[in-house]
Amino acid sequence: MVMSWIWTGMIAVSVIAGLFLGTGQELAAAIPQGAQSGINLAISMAGSICLWTGVGKLMEHAGLTGMLSRLLSPLLGKLFPSYRKDRSLACSLSANVCANFLGLGNAATPMGIQAAQRLAQHGNSQIASDELCRLIVLNTASIQLIPANVAAIRTALGCATPFDILPGVWITSICSTGLGLCAAWLLGKVWRRR
Amino acid sequence: MAQKMTDYIVPLLLLLASALALRKKENTYELLLSGAADGLKLLLTLIPALILLLTAVTMLRASGAMEAASAFLAPVFQYFGIPPETAMLVLIRPISGSAALAVGAELMQQYGVDSQIGRTAAIMLGSTETTFYTISVYFGAAGIKKTRYTIPAALIADLTGFLVASLTARL
Repeated sequence: MVMSWIWTGMIAVSVIAGLFLGTGQELAAAIPQGAQSGINLAISMAGSICLWTGVGKLMEHAGLTGMLSRLLSPLLGKLFPSYRKDRSLACSLSANVCANFLGLGNAATPMGIQAAQRLAQHGNSQIASDELCRLIVLNTASIQLIPANVAAIRTALGCATPFDILPGVWITSICSTGLGLCAAWLLGKVWRRR
Repeated sequence: MAQKMTDYIVPLLLLLASALALRKKENTYELLLSGAADGLKLLLTLIPALILLLTAVTMLRASGAMEAASAFLAPVFQYFGIPPETAMLVLIRPISGSAALAVGAELMQQYGVDSQIGRTAAIMLGSTETTFYTISVYFGAAGIKKTRYTIPAALIADLTGFLVASLTARL
């Protein structure tokens, strides 16, 4: 339903702005143009997207997620105290973080949901525990090694060096995730459980 | 010959994944093929959304609404050091992933992929997530009613992402 409101809102704003600013001709022309550029973009992204979902599957089977989770385990233990006590939580949690890191969105979400359900059982109530809040913040502030979709758009629009944003993306992700977790930690101290 | 370390990240990752899979006696090529076929299915679900949303975003641009909104929000965005042209992207990013993709792509097209604004948009897209969607999926599945401070903390992370993206786009 959210998308229906967003769509109708965008059309309504365009029509009202068109009436006020007298841009009716441009507005009418934009409709077929926009639809066409949608399919053009999708087709020019197709190659990169297919290649990366292929590489994603390969990384999963090559054991890259397993290697990564061993590297991350000390850090996850610090963030989530239950990580050390609960084997099945540890598995789904590290699988979630690693899949996110490698850009395997389809694999990341089910694992993350498993971890969230496990953490909710620990809390034994309908109120989010500090650890659960941290898990969600970690998932909303993505850290991705290769943002394949964005690289695909850049390639589609004729960029010669689609991956030159990687250092920028990494620095930005690390800052936003770090600050998000700090904020969660601070708020966890003051936000009473009601 | 101009060579940068970052040029080798993607080729090396390809090599690493292929070699590791071979060593584990996996059928590397078959895995790539079936993964790429999954990509086509993913694309098929993405195409209708991209067509609709790019239509709406192009309408917003052509009607002058986009420019008016940027101009209106410019003081706030400039205060934070975020390019006001990315206002629409910043607003829609936490709500809808496909709409953010459409808005971002239109920005890159309008101002140029390698322009300051185009790069900022790309980094914003690459380093943030669809916050509200993620929160509702996870808490819904875990049966949580009281989310406590999750939303403010997640939005602080997003805002940090938008701010830092505006800086790192100059790298």
